[in-house]
Amino acid sequence: MGVFRAMIARTFSAATSRSLRVCVVGSGPAGFYTAEKMLKAHEEAEVDIIDRLPTPFGLVRSGVAPDHPETKIVINQFSRVAHNERCSFFGNVSLGSSVSLSELRQIYHVVVLAYGAESDRVLGIPGEDLSGVHSAREFVWWYNGHPDLSQLAPDLKNTDTAIVLGQGNVALDVARILLRPPAELATTDIASHALAALKESSIRKVYLVGRRGPVQAACTAKELREILAIKDLYVNIKQDDLQITSADEEEMKNSRIRRRVYDLLSKASSSSQTHPSSGQPELHFTFFRKPDKFLESSDKSGHVAGVKFEKTTLKGSGNQIAAGTGQYEDLKCGLVLKSIGYKSIPVDGLPFDHSKGVVPNIRGRVVSSSDVGQPVDGLYVCGWLKRGPTGIIATNLYDAEETVTSISEDIKKKDLTSEFASGREGLLQLLENRKIKVVTFNDWEKIDSEEKRLGSLMGKPREKLTNWKDLLAK
Amino acid sequence: MFISKLSRLGAQAFKGLSKAPLTIRPKRSFFPIVQKDYLEPASCKLFSTTAIGNSQEKEESQKISVTFFDKDGEQEIKVPVGMSMLEAAHENDIELEGACEGSLACSTCHVIVMDVEQYNKLEDPTDEENDMLDLAFGLTETSRLGCQVIAKPELDGLRLALPAATRNFAVDGYKPKPH
Repeated sequence: MGVFRAMIARTFSAATSRSLRVCVVGSGPAGFYTAEKMLKAHEEAEVDIIDRLPTPFGLVRSGVAPDHPETKIVINQFSRVAHNERCSFFGNVSLGSSVSLSELRQIYHVVVLAYGAESDRVLGIPGEDLSGVHSAREFVWWYNGHPDLSQLAPDLKNTDTAIVLGQGNVALDVARILLRPPAELATTDIASHALAALKESSIRKVYLVGRRGPVQAACTAKELREILAIKDLYVNIKQDDLQITSADEEEMKNSRIRRRVYDLLSKASSSSQTHPSSGQPELHFTFFRKPDKFLESSDKSGHVAGVKFEKTTLKGSGNQIAAGTGQYEDLKCGLVLKSIGYKSIPVDGLPFDHSKGVVPNIRGRVVSSSDVGQPVDGLYVCGWLKRGPTGIIATNLYDAEETVTSISEDIKKKDLTSEFASGREGLLQLLENRKIKVVTFNDWEKIDSEEKRLGSLMGKPREKLTNWKDLLAK
Repeated sequence: MFISKLSRLGAQAFKGLSKAPLTIRPKRSFFPIVQKDYLEPASCKLFSTTAIGNSQEKEESQKISVTFFDKDGEQEIKVPVGMSMLEAAHENDIELEGACEGSLACSTCHVIVMDVEQYNKLEDPTDEENDMLDLAFGLTETSRLGCQVIAKPELDGLRLALPAATRNFAVDGYKPKPH
């Protein structure tokens, strides 16, 4: 394969026998910040970033909302890292199916797992598999053109009401995409199939439902401000829900974010109109409701028709928890988006803490689950896989700093480069033997140019290629 | 109370000085002059030139002295009036992150103004800047985003500290639960 030969020719001249061979699995912010810091901290290091998708950048590409282009600017910095001559990107390489973890650990001196959290927490309540119930992650991947979800085809025409479970920033994103006039989305990089569906959507009412109160809502001020500013939107926040206890005051005293979010919700509640006018889009912030079961439509078609909620009250202090009161309330809807958190996927040979959904680690050093507390040589973790699926892009900056510091400390104690690792050449040879088509950064740039070109024909910054065949054809 | 916080910070910043001479940053850098080849956000002030009238033309060629402190030492640079601290840092190879390149969409260019009087000379942060500061690590009472601090003559001698890399990853300031 041409790619492989070119790589060999290049790497034999660049790599020396003293090179530290590093593999980073995952090309989102955790992966790229780790690669950047490794390259900087170790002048002899050669870093290969692999990703199961043909396109790099993880959730920056597939998670950040289409109407948040400034948040994606960090791609410029990551691209500069990929262009470093000691760095390579290999897309369409999947940990587990293309190459196993033990193989990677033989081929590289250091392996850093930064593959994030591609699955969802489940509620575990009846009706969760009714049609019309999706995780927010699936919905987000769908409108962002992720090739795994391009066929999702959520039904946005059977109803005028959607219920979003959760009140974090992802919940606000999906609510906002459902409520924004499609004309405003038409000039973003939203996937065409999603734009088309949203243009025909009959959804006019969205409920953002949380188990706890406004003081505990997980969203942040910018996103809240943005959704409250949607033109001609009727916003409903019950005054009663805004009453705060001393435990709430304590929480707000310790957190500037909570305080500012609560203030925004209070202001929105007091300044909103008393009733929506006919046809006006509505956003309801519903607090103190815990989902009990999903209700099936009466024609038994297997489609969701509503959610039964149990009313809650807050107990405890510090991190207050929602306790059920035994009183119930139903809310009708035709679409449910569960935005209750992501979950990482374990991989063969990798220690995994199933209750927390992370790889057990100490400052980024993976620790064995059988030999409790003992670090596994040469294996590290960064990002959501390390600390759980919370935080912003910048959180990974500090996370990567910690993991790279651990790696540097370990390298000082034990010179890993004295043992031979075939690194890039070894990986590419293995992948060629398995007939796996590797997508290089150069190949991604062809995809990138094509997407921008197609986008310019439609007044969009890019028109994403959303199926595997097209992405691998470049 | 925050005076002691600042002096603690200053002490941290100076800790490195006793160990090594002042470091001149190597020319090779991972933060070359930032490029905006993506969209043009209206709020971006990265490349702002002064919008003040002709009578202050001579101020446009004026430069002020700004000193950046981080855990490895300090570096004094000259910044033309009208340039943001983020842009100035990048032009001088100072390692100030700028993920969103000055479009008020991140908090990575967070700097701490070391002197209260200087902090008070800055215009109040907008809601948008405060929204981003909410998420900044090691937030203090004199924290600002480097892309929103624009050099003006009154700020000559400005001292800015880069927040020490912390082990606290929680967005809202809470310590993460142990693994």
